[in-house]
Amino acid sequence: MTAVLQAHGLGKRYGRRWALTDCDLEVPSGHVVGLVGPNGAGKSTLLNLAVGMLSPTTGTVEVLGTAAGTQQAKVGYVAQDTPTYSRLSITDHLKLGARLNPGWDDSLAQQRIQHLGLDPKQRAGKLSGGQRAQLALTLGLAKRPDLLILDEPVAALDPLARREFLQDLMQAVAEQELSVVLSSHLVSDVERACDYLIVLVDSRVQVNGEIDSLLATHFRLTGPRRNAKDLPRDQHVVTESHTDRQSTFLIRTDKPILDPAWNVSQLTLEDLVLAYMGRTAPAQPERPLLEVHR
Amino acid sequence: MGLKMIEFHLDGRSGVSPYQQIVQQVRNALRLGLLREGDQLPTVKDVVATLAINPNTVLKAYRELEHEGLVQARPGRGTFVTRTLTDNTLAAHGPLRQDLRRWLAKARKAGLDDESIEALFLTTFRTAAQEDIA
Repeated sequence: MTAVLQAHGLGKRYGRRWALTDCDLEVPSGHVVGLVGPNGAGKSTLLNLAVGMLSPTTGTVEVLGTAAGTQQAKVGYVAQDTPTYSRLSITDHLKLGARLNPGWDDSLAQQRIQHLGLDPKQRAGKLSGGQRAQLALTLGLAKRPDLLILDEPVAALDPLARREFLQDLMQAVAEQELSVVLSSHLVSDVERACDYLIVLVDSRVQVNGEIDSLLATHFRLTGPRRNAKDLPRDQHVVTESHTDRQSTFLIRTDKPILDPAWNVSQLTLEDLVLAYMGRTAPAQPERPLLEVHR
Repeated sequence: MGLKMIEFHLDGRSGVSPYQQIVQQVRNALRLGLLREGDQLPTVKDVVATLAINPNTVLKAYRELEHEGLVQARPGRGTFVTRTLTDNTLAAHGPLRQDLRRWLAKARKAGLDDESIEALFLTTFRTAAQEDIA
């Protein structure tokens, strides 16, 4: 299986600020990848590098096995705030899509517009946020890409529109053989829709992998007070906190936890993401942390 | 496609992973006789279109059910129930329920409130389950 997204030592600097540093990734195909992190962590920078809209300052990024930006027919991209041309009608958008994309699937596009109950003569500027997002998704899907990249596709949508958007996206994944990378600052979107996770905080990838295996290898240990250095070497401490008598560790390990002194509990995806986020930004209350919507 | 037999629901707060929730819901439906031999499970496309979840989650749940010999995937047609779970355990439900009621009465008599009873049951259940695994 080839990697849909592969990065080696990837970095991007704007002036003196690094938006992305030392990024190493190898995402296998056939996944719906959730890229999560607080605002300003570098999510859009990474996605823009992947579609070739930005060029790296350091390192390399490959998409579908070749350098980013070289296979535009196979990569669909829906930028943040799902941009459309407000003065053009839906029909105009579909015509434009057909002219610009060699693999355009017009019947798919027409079907989706009909299914959504949209009037093809309607101008995009008159659509609601949810409808505009659905139009942008339609354009992305009708292109019949191997990889669809979506930057915060549901951030601006109300809960109902968000649900409908993700339903349609998941249905498309089930029907077309499609890999998806979507960024979000909401764990709940990612939890249901994605099966692969990349956590990006402060311009660095903190953890990435298949969600099932991440959940199977992270644990919370609570028990009598103990120092991190006294833990077995295969237990990697993500976070720790101590009281006078008690210690709580969040660890990553592939091995069974044998010490009977620990009360071992499993983590939810939200616990896991928040642990990695809290690790790097302990005291930055002014920065919006990952939102938790249920 | 035939009749729609069951519909899945996800509880975001349960702490049980979505794929396990689907497996449990199918098993429950089999136990209660809501699903019988020959019935078709909802198609993957249908499930993801209603729940907005990853198709792999549904496939994983169906694979596990197939591994347990409860369902069978027929390529191009769907996934069908091959075995029910109602058979012999249903008869045992009555006596077990009575035992449980007696136990509950004892627990109340000993002064346990609802929360303590639940906590006691869950910890015992989990410990026993873990001992079974180990």
